[in-house]
Amino acid sequence: MYLLALDWWLILEKCLLVAVVVALSFFIAMYTTYAERKVAAWLQDRRGPNRAGPFGIFQPLADGGKLFFKEEIIPLASSRFLFILGPSMAMLTALLTSAVIPWSTPMHLFGRNISMQIADINIGILYVFGVVSLGVYGILVGGWASNNKFSLLAAIRGASQMISYELAMGLALIAVLMMTGSLQMSVIVQNQVQHGWHIIYQPLGFVIFFVCALAECNRTPFDMAECENELNFGYHQEYSSMKLGFYLFAEYINMFISSAVMVTLFFGAYDIPFVNEASWGLNANWLAIIGFIVFLAKTFFFLFVFIWIRWTIPRFRYDQLMNLGWKKLIPLALANMIVTAVVMLLLKK
Amino acid sequence: MLTQRAKQVDRRPMTGLESIYLWNILKGMMITLSHLFKKKATIQYPEQKRTFSKVFRGLQVLNRDAEGRENCTACGLCAVACPAEAITMEAAERLSGEEHLYREEKYAVKYEINMLRCIFCGFCEDACPKDAIYLSQTFAPANYGRKGFIYKKEDLLIPHPIEQPEAYKKALGEKVVKADG
Repeated sequence: MYLLALDWWLILEKCLLVAVVVALSFFIAMYTTYAERKVAAWLQDRRGPNRAGPFGIFQPLADGGKLFFKEEIIPLASSRFLFILGPSMAMLTALLTSAVIPWSTPMHLFGRNISMQIADINIGILYVFGVVSLGVYGILVGGWASNNKFSLLAAIRGASQMISYELAMGLALIAVLMMTGSLQMSVIVQNQVQHGWHIIYQPLGFVIFFVCALAECNRTPFDMAECENELNFGYHQEYSSMKLGFYLFAEYINMFISSAVMVTLFFGAYDIPFVNEASWGLNANWLAIIGFIVFLAKTFFFLFVFIWIRWTIPRFRYDQLMNLGWKKLIPLALANMIVTAVVMLLLKK
Repeated sequence: MLTQRAKQVDRRPMTGLESIYLWNILKGMMITLSHLFKKKATIQYPEQKRTFSKVFRGLQVLNRDAEGRENCTACGLCAVACPAEAITMEAAERLSGEEHLYREEKYAVKYEINMLRCIFCGFCEDACPKDAIYLSQTFAPANYGRKGFIYKKEDLLIPHPIEQPEAYKKALGEKVVKADG
Protein backbone atom coordinates (compact mmCIF):
# COMPACT_ATOMS: atom_id res chain seq x y z
CA MET A 1 0.00 0.00 0.00
CA TYR A 2 2.19 2.76 -1.29
CA LEU A 3 0.38 5.93 -2.21
CA LEU A 4 2.17 9.20 -2.79
CA ALA A 5 5.30 7.21 -2.05
CA LEU A 6 4.19 6.95 1.58
CA ASP A 7 4.01 3.79 3.61
CA TRP A 8 0.44 4.20 4.80
CA TRP A 9 0.61 1.11 6.99
CA LEU A 10 3.43 2.76 8.89
CA ILE A 11 1.32 5.83 9.50
CA LEU A 12 -1.62 3.71 10.63
CA GLU A 13 0.65 1.70 12.87
CA LYS A 14 2.14 4.82 14.45
CA CYS A 15 -1.29 6.40 14.92
CA LEU A 16 -2.46 3.28 16.73
CA LEU A 17 0.64 3.28 18.88
CA VAL A 18 0.13 6.95 19.73
CA ALA A 19 -3.46 6.26 20.73
CA VAL A 20 -2.43 3.34 22.89
CA VAL A 21 0.39 5.25 24.58
CA VAL A 22 -1.80 8.28 25.29
CA ALA A 23 -4.60 6.10 26.65
CA LEU A 24 -2.09 4.20 28.74
CA SER A 25 -0.58 7.40 30.09
CA PHE A 26 -4.04 8.62 31.10
CA PHE A 27 -4.93 5.32 32.66
CA ILE A 28 -1.71 5.07 34.62
CA ALA A 29 -1.88 8.72 35.69
CA MET A 30 -5.42 8.05 36.90
CA TYR A 31 -4.33 5.17 39.03
CA THR A 32 -1.26 7.04 40.22
CA THR A 33 -3.62 9.48 41.91
CA TYR A 34 -5.21 6.49 43.60
CA ALA A 35 -1.81 5.05 44.49
CA GLU A 36 -0.79 8.42 45.88
CA ARG A 37 -3.74 8.51 48.23
CA LYS A 38 -3.31 4.88 49.22
CA VAL A 39 0.43 5.09 49.84
CA ALA A 40 0.00 8.37 51.70
CA ALA A 41 -2.53 6.68 53.92
CA TRP A 42 -0.37 3.62 54.53
CA LEU A 43 2.66 5.72 55.41
CA GLN A 44 0.51 7.57 57.93
CA ASP A 45 -1.03 4.41 59.43
CA ARG A 46 -4.36 5.02 57.74
CA ARG A 47 -6.25 2.99 55.16
CA GLY A 48 -6.91 5.42 52.35
CA PRO A 49 -9.89 5.47 49.98
CA ASN A 50 -11.75 2.16 50.25
CA ARG A 51 -15.41 2.97 49.73
CA ALA A 52 -15.81 3.31 45.94
CA GLY A 53 -15.72 -0.26 44.71
CA PRO A 54 -13.54 -3.04 46.11
CA PHE A 55 -10.48 -1.49 47.83
CA GLY A 56 -11.70 1.85 46.49
CA ILE A 57 -10.47 1.17 42.97
CA PHE A 58 -13.19 3.36 41.43
CA GLN A 59 -12.02 6.34 43.45
CA PRO A 60 -10.18 7.97 40.51
CA LEU A 61 -13.34 7.72 38.40
CA ALA A 62 -15.30 9.39 41.16
CA ASP A 63 -12.67 12.12 41.47
CA GLY A 64 -12.66 12.71 37.72
CA GLY A 65 -16.45 12.76 37.57
CA LYS A 66 -16.53 15.28 40.38
CA LEU A 67 -14.10 17.58 38.57
CA PHE A 68 -16.20 17.43 35.39
CA PHE A 69 -19.36 18.46 37.20
CA LYS A 70 -17.80 21.29 39.17
CA GLU A 71 -18.66 24.84 38.27
CA GLU A 72 -16.29 26.34 35.75
CA ILE A 73 -15.03 29.73 36.85
CA ILE A 74 -12.95 31.98 34.62
CA PRO A 75 -12.04 35.16 36.49
CA LEU A 76 -13.18 38.36 34.79
CA ALA A 77 -9.78 39.98 35.15
CA SER A 78 -7.95 37.06 33.60
CA SER A 79 -6.87 37.00 30.01
CA ARG A 80 -9.26 34.40 28.75
CA PHE A 81 -7.32 32.89 25.88
CA LEU A 82 -4.16 32.34 27.89
CA PHE A 83 -6.19 31.15 30.85
CA ILE A 84 -7.50 28.28 28.75
CA LEU A 85 -4.18 27.77 26.98
CA GLY A 86 -2.30 27.21 30.26
CA PRO A 87 -3.73 23.85 31.32
CA SER A 88 -3.94 22.68 27.71
CA MET A 89 -0.23 23.29 27.27
CA ALA A 90 0.60 21.60 30.54
CA MET A 91 -1.29 18.52 29.40
CA LEU A 92 0.08 18.59 25.86
CA THR A 93 3.72 18.84 26.88
CA ALA A 94 3.22 16.15 29.49
CA LEU A 95 1.94 13.76 26.83
CA LEU A 96 4.44 14.73 24.10
CA THR A 97 7.47 13.33 25.90
CA SER A 98 6.20 9.78 25.64
CA ALA A 99 6.91 9.78 21.88
CA VAL A 100 10.56 8.77 22.17
CA ILE A 101 10.33 6.18 24.92
CA PRO A 102 11.18 2.65 23.77
CA TRP A 103 8.41 0.70 25.46
CA SER A 104 9.61 -2.71 24.35
CA THR A 105 11.39 -4.78 21.72
CA PRO A 106 9.83 -4.76 18.24
CA MET A 107 6.80 -6.95 17.57
CA HIS A 108 6.33 -9.04 14.46
CA LEU A 109 2.76 -8.80 13.25
CA PHE A 110 1.14 -9.21 9.80
CA GLY A 111 4.52 -9.70 8.19
CA ARG A 112 5.83 -6.40 9.50
CA ASN A 113 8.31 -5.46 12.15
CA ILE A 114 6.48 -3.05 14.39
CA SER A 115 8.67 -0.90 16.61
CA MET A 116 7.28 -0.29 20.10
CA GLN A 117 8.61 3.24 20.05
CA ILE A 118 6.59 5.98 18.45
CA ALA A 119 9.54 7.89 17.05
CA ASP A 120 13.09 6.59 17.25
CA ILE A 121 14.63 9.90 16.33
CA ASN A 122 18.38 10.33 16.52
CA ILE A 123 18.04 13.30 18.89
CA GLY A 124 15.83 11.43 21.36
CA ILE A 125 17.17 12.95 24.55
CA LEU A 126 17.35 16.45 23.11
CA TYR A 127 13.68 16.05 22.20
CA VAL A 128 12.85 15.06 25.78
CA PHE A 129 14.70 18.11 27.09
CA GLY A 130 13.04 20.37 24.56
CA VAL A 131 9.56 19.25 25.49
CA VAL A 132 10.28 19.32 29.20
CA SER A 133 11.44 22.92 28.85
CA LEU A 134 8.18 23.74 27.08
CA GLY A 135 6.43 22.36 30.15
CA VAL A 136 7.42 25.55 31.97
CA TYR A 137 5.02 27.49 29.76
CA GLY A 138 2.00 25.58 31.04
CA ILE A 139 2.74 26.80 34.55
CA LEU A 140 3.95 30.25 33.56
CA VAL A 141 1.08 31.03 31.21
CA GLY A 142 -1.53 29.70 33.62
CA GLY A 143 -0.09 31.63 36.55
CA TRP A 144 0.24 34.84 34.61
CA ALA A 145 -3.17 34.68 32.95
CA SER A 146 -4.89 34.20 36.32
CA ASN A 147 -4.13 37.84 37.16
CA ASN A 148 -3.49 36.94 40.77
CA LYS A 149 -0.41 37.87 42.77
CA PHE A 150 -0.01 34.46 44.34
CA SER A 151 -0.44 32.64 41.06
CA LEU A 152 2.11 34.87 39.39
CA LEU A 153 4.62 34.46 42.22
CA ALA A 154 4.18 30.71 42.12
CA ALA A 155 4.53 30.65 38.34
CA ILE A 156 7.76 32.64 38.48
CA ARG A 157 9.12 30.39 41.18
CA GLY A 158 8.15 27.31 39.22
CA ALA A 159 9.73 28.61 36.06
CA SER A 160 13.03 29.61 37.68
CA GLN A 161 13.18 26.31 39.53
CA MET A 162 12.62 24.29 36.39
CA ILE A 163 15.19 26.24 34.43
CA SER A 164 17.78 25.89 37.21
CA TYR A 165 17.32 22.18 37.61
CA GLU A 166 17.31 21.50 33.89
CA LEU A 167 20.98 22.52 33.86
CA ALA A 168 22.05 19.97 36.43
CA MET A 169 19.83 17.40 34.76
CA GLY A 170 21.48 17.94 31.40
CA LEU A 171 24.96 17.85 32.89
CA ALA A 172 24.20 14.61 34.69
CA LEU A 173 23.02 13.13 31.41
CA ILE A 174 26.07 14.16 29.43
CA ALA A 175 28.07 11.47 31.24
CA VAL A 176 25.57 8.87 30.02
CA LEU A 177 25.70 10.26 26.51
CA MET A 178 29.50 10.11 26.52
CA MET A 179 29.31 6.42 27.37
CA THR A 180 26.84 5.59 24.61
CA GLY A 181 27.98 8.13 22.06
CA SER A 182 24.45 8.69 20.84
CA LEU A 183 21.36 10.68 21.68
CA GLN A 184 19.10 8.03 20.22
CA MET A 185 17.00 6.25 22.84
CA SER A 186 17.17 2.84 21.17
CA VAL A 187 20.97 2.99 20.99
CA ILE A 188 21.16 3.95 24.65
CA VAL A 189 19.00 0.97 25.54
CA GLN A 190 20.99 -1.41 23.35
CA ASN A 191 24.20 -0.20 25.00
CA GLN A 192 22.73 -1.10 28.38
CA VAL A 193 21.53 -4.50 27.22
CA GLN A 194 25.06 -5.31 26.06
CA HIS A 195 27.24 -3.70 28.70
CA GLY A 196 25.04 -3.56 31.78
CA TRP A 197 22.75 -0.83 33.04
CA HIS A 198 23.99 2.72 33.29
CA ILE A 199 23.11 2.84 36.98
CA ILE A 200 26.18 0.64 37.59
CA TYR A 201 28.50 3.11 35.89
CA GLN A 202 26.69 6.33 36.74
CA PRO A 203 25.15 6.06 40.23
CA LEU A 204 25.89 9.70 41.03
CA GLY A 205 24.56 10.76 37.65
CA PHE A 206 21.36 8.90 38.38
CA VAL A 207 20.91 10.48 41.81
CA ILE A 208 21.38 13.95 40.33
CA PHE A 209 19.02 13.12 37.49
CA PHE A 210 16.43 11.81 39.93
CA VAL A 211 16.58 14.89 42.16
CA CYS A 212 16.24 17.11 39.12
CA ALA A 213 13.33 15.03 37.85
CA LEU A 214 11.55 15.68 41.15
CA ALA A 215 12.09 19.39 40.62
CA GLU A 216 10.97 19.23 36.99
CA CYS A 217 7.74 17.48 37.94
CA ASN A 218 7.09 20.04 40.69
CA ARG A 219 6.95 17.26 43.22
CA THR A 220 7.70 17.53 46.91
CA PRO A 221 10.24 18.47 48.22
CA PHE A 222 10.45 20.90 45.31
CA ASP A 223 6.77 21.78 44.87
CA MET A 224 7.55 25.48 45.04
CA ALA A 225 4.97 26.25 42.40
CA GLU A 226 2.07 25.14 44.55
CA CYS A 227 3.18 25.57 48.13
CA GLU A 228 -0.10 25.92 49.94
CA ASN A 229 1.14 27.59 53.07
CA GLU A 230 2.74 30.66 51.51
CA LEU A 231 1.16 30.96 48.06
CA ASN A 232 -2.32 29.67 48.86
CA PHE A 233 -2.43 27.13 46.10
CA GLY A 234 0.16 28.28 43.64
CA TYR A 235 -0.24 28.77 39.95
CA HIS A 236 -3.58 26.96 39.66
CA GLN A 237 -5.31 28.87 42.41
CA GLU A 238 -7.84 30.52 40.10
CA TYR A 239 -8.58 27.35 38.22
CA SER A 240 -11.60 25.22 38.80
CA SER A 241 -13.40 22.27 37.29
CA MET A 242 -11.58 20.20 34.69
CA LYS A 243 -8.99 22.91 33.97
CA LEU A 244 -7.69 22.36 37.46
CA GLY A 245 -8.04 18.66 36.76
CA PHE A 246 -5.82 19.05 33.71
CA TYR A 247 -3.08 20.69 35.76
CA LEU A 248 -3.23 18.04 38.46
CA PHE A 249 -3.43 15.28 35.90
CA ALA A 250 -0.54 16.65 33.86
CA GLU A 251 1.58 16.42 36.99
CA TYR A 252 0.88 12.71 37.28
CA ILE A 253 1.50 12.10 33.59
CA ASN A 254 4.79 13.97 33.98
CA MET A 255 5.66 11.69 36.86
CA PHE A 256 4.89 8.61 34.80
CA ILE A 257 6.84 9.81 31.80
CA SER A 258 9.84 10.95 33.79
CA SER A 259 9.90 7.58 35.56
CA ALA A 260 9.84 5.98 32.12
CA VAL A 261 12.71 8.20 30.96
CA MET A 262 14.73 7.28 34.06
CA VAL A 263 14.10 3.60 33.43
CA THR A 264 15.18 4.01 29.82
CA LEU A 265 18.32 5.95 30.56
CA PHE A 266 19.60 4.24 33.68
CA PHE A 267 17.76 0.97 34.26
CA GLY A 268 17.95 -0.74 30.90
CA ALA A 269 14.36 -0.04 29.80
CA TYR A 270 12.78 -3.41 28.91
CA ASP A 271 15.92 -5.42 29.74
CA ILE A 272 15.64 -8.16 32.36
CA PRO A 273 18.84 -8.25 34.39
CA PHE A 274 21.06 -11.36 34.62
CA VAL A 275 19.24 -13.29 31.89
CA ASN A 276 19.44 -13.39 28.15
CA GLU A 277 15.85 -13.28 26.97
CA ALA A 278 16.81 -14.06 23.37
CA SER A 279 18.05 -17.52 24.40
CA TRP A 280 14.59 -18.56 25.64
CA GLY A 281 13.56 -19.29 22.06
CA LEU A 282 10.30 -17.43 22.53
CA ASN A 283 8.31 -15.77 19.80
CA ALA A 284 9.29 -12.11 19.23
CA ASN A 285 5.77 -11.01 20.17
CA TRP A 286 5.91 -12.76 23.53
CA LEU A 287 9.32 -11.25 24.19
CA ALA A 288 7.90 -7.83 23.39
CA ILE A 289 5.03 -8.34 25.82
CA ILE A 290 7.35 -9.57 28.57
CA GLY A 291 9.67 -6.65 27.91
CA PHE A 292 6.77 -4.23 28.15
CA ILE A 293 5.66 -5.68 31.48
CA VAL A 294 9.21 -5.44 32.81
CA PHE A 295 9.39 -1.83 31.64
CA LEU A 296 6.13 -0.99 33.39
CA ALA A 297 7.21 -2.75 36.57
CA LYS A 298 10.37 -0.66 36.74
CA THR A 299 8.38 2.48 36.00
CA PHE A 300 5.88 1.71 38.75
CA PHE A 301 8.71 1.30 41.20
CA PHE A 302 9.87 4.83 40.45
CA LEU A 303 6.33 6.14 40.71
CA PHE A 304 6.22 4.58 44.16
CA VAL A 305 9.51 6.27 45.08
CA PHE A 306 8.09 9.62 43.90
CA ILE A 307 5.07 9.15 46.15
CA TRP A 308 7.15 7.80 49.00
CA ILE A 309 9.38 10.89 48.91
CA ARG A 310 6.40 13.20 48.81
CA TRP A 311 4.94 11.78 51.99
CA THR A 312 8.27 11.77 53.81
CA ILE A 313 10.01 15.08 53.24
CA PRO A 314 8.71 18.57 53.89
CA ARG A 315 9.10 21.25 51.23
CA PHE A 316 12.43 23.03 50.85
CA ARG A 317 12.61 26.74 51.40
CA TYR A 318 13.10 28.65 48.17
CA ASP A 319 16.68 29.72 48.94
CA GLN A 320 17.59 26.17 49.97
CA LEU A 321 16.18 24.95 46.69
CA MET A 322 18.23 27.38 44.67
CA ASN A 323 21.37 26.69 46.73
CA LEU A 324 20.98 22.99 46.22
CA GLY A 325 20.43 23.38 42.52
CA TRP A 326 23.17 25.84 41.66
CA LYS A 327 25.81 25.31 44.33
CA LYS A 328 25.57 21.58 44.95
CA LEU A 329 24.01 19.69 42.08
CA ILE A 330 25.65 21.52 39.18
CA PRO A 331 29.22 21.22 40.55
CA LEU A 332 28.54 17.58 41.41
CA ALA A 333 27.24 16.90 37.92
CA LEU A 334 30.23 18.66 36.39
CA ALA A 335 32.64 16.63 38.52
CA ASN A 336 30.80 13.47 37.57
CA MET A 337 31.12 14.39 33.92
CA ILE A 338 34.85 15.10 34.15
CA VAL A 339 35.59 11.91 36.11
CA THR A 340 33.66 9.89 33.53
CA ALA A 341 35.59 11.54 30.72
CA VAL A 342 38.97 10.88 32.36
CA VAL A 343 38.16 7.25 33.13
CA MET A 344 36.94 6.70 29.59
CA LEU A 345 40.09 8.21 28.15
CA LEU A 346 42.33 6.08 30.38
CA LEU A 347 40.48 2.88 29.60
CA LYS A 348 40.63 3.47 25.87
CA LYS A 349 44.42 3.92 25.97
CA MET B 1 16.16 24.83 83.23
CA LEU B 2 13.37 24.27 85.70
CA THR B 3 12.23 20.93 84.38
CA GLN B 4 15.53 19.61 83.02
CA ARG B 5 13.63 18.82 79.85
CA ALA B 6 14.89 21.72 77.73
CA LYS B 7 17.06 20.47 74.91
CA GLN B 8 19.84 22.50 73.40
CA VAL B 9 19.18 22.87 69.67
CA ASP B 10 22.14 21.94 67.54
CA ARG B 11 22.81 25.03 65.46
CA ARG B 12 26.14 24.09 63.96
CA PRO B 13 26.33 24.82 60.22
CA MET B 14 25.66 21.84 58.02
CA THR B 15 28.60 19.72 56.96
CA GLY B 16 29.21 19.04 53.29
CA LEU B 17 27.41 15.70 53.40
CA GLU B 18 24.45 17.17 55.23
CA SER B 19 24.15 20.04 52.81
CA ILE B 20 23.15 17.77 49.96
CA TYR B 21 20.50 16.31 52.29
CA LEU B 22 20.61 12.86 50.70
CA TRP B 23 21.66 10.80 53.69
CA ASN B 24 19.14 12.39 56.04
CA ILE B 25 16.41 12.07 53.45
CA LEU B 26 17.18 8.36 53.14
CA LYS B 27 16.94 7.97 56.91
CA GLY B 28 13.57 9.70 56.88
CA MET B 29 12.35 7.53 54.06
CA MET B 30 13.24 4.39 55.98
CA ILE B 31 11.13 5.63 58.88
CA THR B 32 8.09 6.18 56.66
CA LEU B 33 8.67 2.84 54.96
CA SER B 34 8.50 1.07 58.30
CA HIS B 35 5.07 2.60 58.80
CA LEU B 36 3.86 0.82 55.67
CA PHE B 37 3.79 -2.41 57.65
CA LYS B 38 2.38 -1.09 60.91
CA LYS B 39 -1.11 -1.66 62.20
CA LYS B 40 -3.62 0.84 60.85
CA ALA B 41 -5.20 3.14 63.41
CA THR B 42 -8.44 3.54 61.46
CA ILE B 43 -11.78 2.41 62.84
CA GLN B 44 -14.07 1.78 59.85
CA TYR B 45 -16.91 3.77 61.34
CA PRO B 46 -20.32 2.62 60.17
CA GLU B 47 -19.29 -1.05 60.25
CA GLN B 48 -16.95 -0.89 63.23
CA LYS B 49 -17.61 1.16 66.28
CA ARG B 50 -15.34 2.24 69.02
CA THR B 51 -16.28 0.60 72.31
CA PHE B 52 -17.03 3.20 74.92
CA SER B 53 -16.22 3.01 78.59
CA LYS B 54 -19.03 2.05 80.96
CA VAL B 55 -19.26 5.59 82.28
CA PHE B 56 -19.54 7.10 78.79
CA ARG B 57 -22.13 9.87 78.74
CA GLY B 58 -24.05 9.80 75.47
CA LEU B 59 -27.59 10.66 74.39
CA GLN B 60 -30.20 11.09 77.09
CA VAL B 61 -32.96 8.53 77.49
CA LEU B 62 -36.28 9.14 79.24
CA ASN B 63 -36.94 6.11 81.38
CA ARG B 64 -40.06 4.03 82.01
CA ASP B 65 -40.72 1.73 84.91
CA ALA B 66 -41.20 -2.05 84.65
CA GLU B 67 -44.87 -1.67 83.64
CA GLY B 68 -44.01 0.78 80.92
CA ARG B 69 -45.14 3.98 82.63
CA GLU B 70 -43.12 7.16 82.17
CA ASN B 71 -41.09 8.03 85.23
CA CYS B 72 -40.83 11.75 84.55
CA THR B 73 -42.97 14.06 86.67
CA ALA B 74 -41.85 17.26 84.96
CA CYS B 75 -40.44 18.64 88.20
CA GLY B 76 -37.90 20.66 86.21
CA LEU B 77 -34.90 19.82 88.39
CA CYS B 78 -32.97 18.59 85.35
CA ALA B 79 -33.64 21.84 83.51
CA VAL B 80 -32.44 23.79 86.54
CA ALA B 81 -29.35 21.64 86.89
CA CYS B 82 -28.49 21.90 83.21
CA PRO B 83 -25.50 24.26 82.82
CA ALA B 84 -26.10 24.60 79.07
CA GLU B 85 -29.82 25.30 79.44
CA ALA B 86 -30.60 22.65 76.87
CA ILE B 87 -33.71 21.19 78.48
CA THR B 88 -37.24 22.57 78.08
CA MET B 89 -40.42 20.96 79.36
CA GLU B 90 -44.09 21.53 79.90
CA ALA B 91 -45.98 19.80 82.71
CA ALA B 92 -49.56 18.52 82.71
CA GLU B 93 -51.83 16.72 85.15
CA ARG B 94 -52.55 13.07 84.66
CA LEU B 95 -56.25 12.47 83.91
CA SER B 96 -58.16 9.47 85.12
CA GLY B 97 -57.70 6.53 82.76
CA GLU B 98 -54.07 7.51 82.04
CA GLU B 99 -52.64 5.64 85.02
CA HIS B 100 -51.08 3.04 82.75
CA LEU B 101 -49.17 5.78 80.88
CA TYR B 102 -47.71 7.94 83.65
CA ARG B 103 -46.56 6.74 87.00
CA GLU B 104 -47.40 9.84 89.04
CA GLU B 105 -50.10 12.50 88.94
CA LYS B 106 -47.98 14.96 87.01
CA TYR B 107 -46.14 14.27 83.78
CA ALA B 108 -44.28 16.05 80.96
CA VAL B 109 -46.41 16.79 77.89
CA LYS B 110 -43.45 18.31 76.17
CA TYR B 111 -39.86 17.41 76.88
CA GLU B 112 -37.12 18.68 74.59
CA ILE B 113 -33.34 18.56 74.72
CA ASN B 114 -31.37 20.68 72.32
CA MET B 115 -28.45 18.45 71.42
CA LEU B 116 -26.52 21.39 69.98
CA ARG B 117 -26.50 22.99 73.43
CA CYS B 118 -26.13 19.85 75.50
CA ILE B 119 -22.62 19.25 76.77
CA PHE B 120 -23.36 15.69 77.98
CA CYS B 121 -22.23 16.48 81.51
CA GLY B 122 -24.79 14.18 83.09
CA PHE B 123 -26.01 16.73 85.67
CA CYS B 124 -29.59 16.02 84.61
CA GLU B 125 -29.15 12.38 85.52
CA ASP B 126 -27.74 13.36 88.90
CA ALA B 127 -30.49 15.87 89.54
CA CYS B 128 -33.41 13.58 88.71
CA PRO B 129 -35.19 12.31 91.84
CA LYS B 130 -37.32 9.84 89.87
CA ASP B 131 -34.66 8.00 87.85
CA ALA B 132 -36.46 9.34 84.78
CA ILE B 133 -33.47 10.47 82.74
CA TYR B 134 -30.09 8.92 82.19
CA LEU B 135 -27.29 9.16 79.68
CA SER B 136 -26.90 6.20 77.32
CA GLN B 137 -23.99 4.74 75.38
CA THR B 138 -24.90 6.26 72.00
CA PHE B 139 -24.04 9.72 70.74
CA ALA B 140 -26.12 12.14 68.71
CA PRO B 141 -26.03 11.18 65.02
CA ALA B 142 -25.35 13.74 62.29
CA ASN B 143 -28.21 15.76 60.91
CA TYR B 144 -28.86 18.08 57.97
CA GLY B 145 -30.57 20.89 59.87
CA ARG B 146 -30.46 22.53 63.28
CA LYS B 147 -34.06 21.53 63.91
CA GLY B 148 -33.10 17.88 63.73
CA PHE B 149 -30.93 18.31 66.78
CA ILE B 150 -33.81 19.32 69.03
CA TYR B 151 -34.83 15.95 70.39
CA LYS B 152 -38.52 15.65 71.29
CA LYS B 153 -40.05 13.41 73.88
CA GLU B 154 -40.74 10.71 71.29
CA ASP B 155 -37.04 10.66 70.36
CA LEU B 156 -35.90 10.43 73.93
CA LEU B 157 -38.38 7.93 75.43
CA ILE B 158 -37.12 4.43 75.94
CA PRO B 159 -39.16 1.70 74.10
CA HIS B 160 -42.02 0.13 76.02
CA PRO B 161 -40.69 -2.76 78.17
CA ILE B 162 -43.74 -5.00 77.66
CA GLU B 163 -44.71 -4.15 74.07
CA GLN B 164 -41.14 -3.99 72.69
CA PRO B 165 -39.06 -5.94 75.20
CA GLU B 166 -36.07 -6.43 72.91
CA ALA B 167 -35.79 -2.80 71.88
CA TYR B 168 -36.22 -1.84 75.53
CA LYS B 169 -33.37 -4.10 76.61
CA LYS B 170 -31.14 -2.76 73.88
CA ALA B 171 -31.89 0.85 74.80
CA LEU B 172 -31.39 0.14 78.47
CA GLY B 173 -27.89 -1.12 77.81
CA GLU B 174 -25.74 -1.43 80.91
CA LYS B 175 -28.07 0.65 83.03
CA VAL B 176 -29.08 -0.97 86.30
CA VAL B 177 -32.83 -0.86 86.92
CA LYS B 178 -33.62 0.09 90.48
CA ALA B 179 -36.44 -1.86 92.02
CA ASP B 180 -38.05 1.04 93.90
CA GLY B 181 -37.63 3.64 91.17
